[in-house]
Amino acid sequence: MDSPTLFTKLANGLTVHLKEIHTAPLISHWVWYRVGSRNEVPGKTGLSHWVEHLQFKGTPRFPPSVLDKAISREGGVWNAFTYLDWTTYYETLPADRIGLALELEADRMINSVFDPAMVEAERTVILSELEGNENEPLFQLGRAVQQASFQHHPYRNEVIGNREDLLQITLEDLVQHYRQYYVPNNALIAIAGDFRLEEMLQRVREVYESLPAGEIPPRNIPVEPSPSGEKRLEVHGPGETAYIQVAYRALPAAHPDFAVLMVIDSLLSGPASLNMFGGGGISNKTSRLYRALVEKELAVGVGGGVQATIDPFLFEITITLPPVYHPDQTLRAFDEQIVRLMETPVTSKEIQRAIKQARALFAYGSENITNQAFWLGYAEMFDHYDWFVHYLDRLSQVTPMDVQRVAQQVLTPQGRVVGFYLPEGNLPGGAP
Amino acid sequence: MSLARPEILQTLPGPEDITRVELPNGIVVLVRSNFESASVTLSGYLPAGGLFDPPEKLGLAHFTALGLTRGTERHHFQQIFNLLESAGASLGFGASVYNINFGGRALAEDLPLLLSLLAECLRIPRFPQKPIERLRRQILTGIAIRDQDPADRAEMMFDEVLFPNHPFGKPTDGTRHTIARITREDLLAFHRHYFGPRGMTLVIVGAVSAEQVLEEVQRTLGDWQNPLQPAFPEIPAVAPLAQSVRSHIALPGKVQTELVMGTLGPSRLSPDFMPASLGNNILGQFGLMGRIGNVVREQEGLAYEASTSLNAWKDAGTWEVTAGVNPANLQRAIDLILAEIRRFIAEPVSWEELRDSQSHYLGRLPLSLESNAGVAHAILNLERFQLGLDYYKRYPALVESVTPEQILEVARRWLDPERFAIISAGPPME
Repeated sequence: MDSPTLFTKLANGLTVHLKEIHTAPLISHWVWYRVGSRNEVPGKTGLSHWVEHLQFKGTPRFPPSVLDKAISREGGVWNAFTYLDWTTYYETLPADRIGLALELEADRMINSVFDPAMVEAERTVILSELEGNENEPLFQLGRAVQQASFQHHPYRNEVIGNREDLLQITLEDLVQHYRQYYVPNNALIAIAGDFRLEEMLQRVREVYESLPAGEIPPRNIPVEPSPSGEKRLEVHGPGETAYIQVAYRALPAAHPDFAVLMVIDSLLSGPASLNMFGGGGISNKTSRLYRALVEKELAVGVGGGVQATIDPFLFEITITLPPVYHPDQTLRAFDEQIVRLMETPVTSKEIQRAIKQARALFAYGSENITNQAFWLGYAEMFDHYDWFVHYLDRLSQVTPMDVQRVAQQVLTPQGRVVGFYLPEGNLPGGAP
Repeated sequence: MSLARPEILQTLPGPEDITRVELPNGIVVLVRSNFESASVTLSGYLPAGGLFDPPEKLGLAHFTALGLTRGTERHHFQQIFNLLESAGASLGFGASVYNINFGGRALAEDLPLLLSLLAECLRIPRFPQKPIERLRRQILTGIAIRDQDPADRAEMMFDEVLFPNHPFGKPTDGTRHTIARITREDLLAFHRHYFGPRGMTLVIVGAVSAEQVLEEVQRTLGDWQNPLQPAFPEIPAVAPLAQSVRSHIALPGKVQTELVMGTLGPSRLSPDFMPASLGNNILGQFGLMGRIGNVVREQEGLAYEASTSLNAWKDAGTWEVTAGVNPANLQRAIDLILAEIRRFIAEPVSWEELRDSQSHYLGRLPLSLESNAGVAHAILNLERFQLGLDYYKRYPALVESVTPEQILEVARRWLDPERFAIISAGPPME
């Protein structure tokens, strides 16, 4: 971490994070808005994601026919993502073309067009995206588990929204959401790449500082009660492959024990990474769950993950069952590993191993400018950039007793949801 | 005036920074150092792919490839993965029609480990019974999942229709019946008969010197020989469809229909490739997925994804349009796509469209060649298709020399809407 950085806030409240990197003639520009499905209310799920789609429908200065070609013409890539706590837009371009990203993002922060016909066309597109998701058994299972994991908190909703809401959201809803949250004081600009810090800051000021600040509505998140007991659910659908998903209430990313939870994830289901770009991960064949489930023929695959979020979300393990499956048996073997983690301290060697894995993944992620720009903004969405800078240090401070303590706190059976996807083409215990 | 900028050209891999050495046993080693990174990426192939699968044992090459890491004469499965995972490294194998492919990554300090394990898996795999049976179950589960995936099903039938009774039309991962038939002895025999250094290519990119790489490769793979290794067979010729083929695969319980339609396309070595590639970019890639994306998604709102792709191999290729649509919109999407194809072959693309795509092709080079993995992929293609180490220096001229008339000529040669394979998979049609 030796690249020069510059962090500041403009007069209109826009946060600016810059990092100078000269390994390739590229610059990656990210705009992060502190709005996601967490900011939605019942009856309006999917609003943030839909507004994101509409950001690609142009502004008076950048009509759609211009906007979609401008980035491609320069050989850049661009995309947008909406999640629980944030929405982000990025462009990675040859360094001498980054002005396009600056102008475009500053313009559509306040000037996006919400044409009624395009809004209706996009309703079909988003429903199509939802239907594509629904073709996947694991989406069906994940959605059901997520909904069952929260009573009130908007984290219970899939980011894309549910069909009933998507059918009734209005143009006015979309415009209002955009006006409320797409303001400079609710935004962060993160830029990494082949530039000089002071020069880039000047350019950012030129295009962004005149944008007017807005009043951000308070979001009173309903108080989510502690889980009151294990919940089990079944989802039935097409196919021949059964799955189990186990979800525990996780810790917010800013929590001092979050690094411990990442170590637990690595030990149970394999090396954990939060990189968005960086070309794949490390296999999990020596993880505890792989050895206990796959090697004992109780599963054909196992994976897991924890997300970095503002409020507690989920630590979830997904198990793919073999053609002839006995879900209760598999779940019992899974639970033996959870109990083992709670009752028997792990070795320091195992923790050192998780740290080396994290160091490798960190190095892989540093290989491209887009991922470095991603981190410049991402960590601010749930905590602070220092979270990222000191992540490996915090991992190196994790002790076997920490792992045991956090496992006892987070991985309680009373606090979890267990979901089963049972395929209509293959019943438990039987051959297909 | 050239669209390429000299300061960008000089960052691209070329003869001055790629080291290429052919070992006495036939292995070609290519190395490009990148000391800006902390890691090293390994990538390569050897000519032992699905082409050699017996018809009743489709998926044998793929099964063999996946089985390589299940145990060797020196380390069993858990030991191999403990060595890799403890280092934060990865190593994997797969198969395509032509090749056994492999890839790996590690911190630069762990390159010797990565190469030792690569050599060990390639040379002395054991295919132990228990891990192999477990792997079979995993492959069968993957096939069961694949067979319920509308996009996979449509793509498989598309290939089958375009390449009947041809290696390109068969699933390289096999079927549930053929995988069930494969024995451990088949894996051992496949390895014994087809694996060897001749025709093998190995690319290493990262924070390592060429000298270090060559020393390690020579140590681990330099003395490898296999007198049984056969010559690579000729790929059968393919003929275009005589007329359009329309087929729907019903998958009850699915919500969305996946559509794949298209024709044969030029091979990578064909002079048609670059005009077709730029034409494809205009048709269904550029911006928000080109003309096709503009009509099907942006104007009509029928699909979340609608785009085209040109898939070019050594001996053949395909030119495809794919889309995910609501079943009620399927026929409309097909009609819109065919209308767009007809327009595409009726008159040349505009110079503006072509200039935009040419700019895109040149502008995207720094991004695609930024990471070690991106560079390794590019270098592997230089060798696979014998494009020459200087290809990226010549690339601007190759791209800029294409004209709208050439694109039209090539599009007419390959895209005949009356001879399209049109395959959909999803909810049963009413």
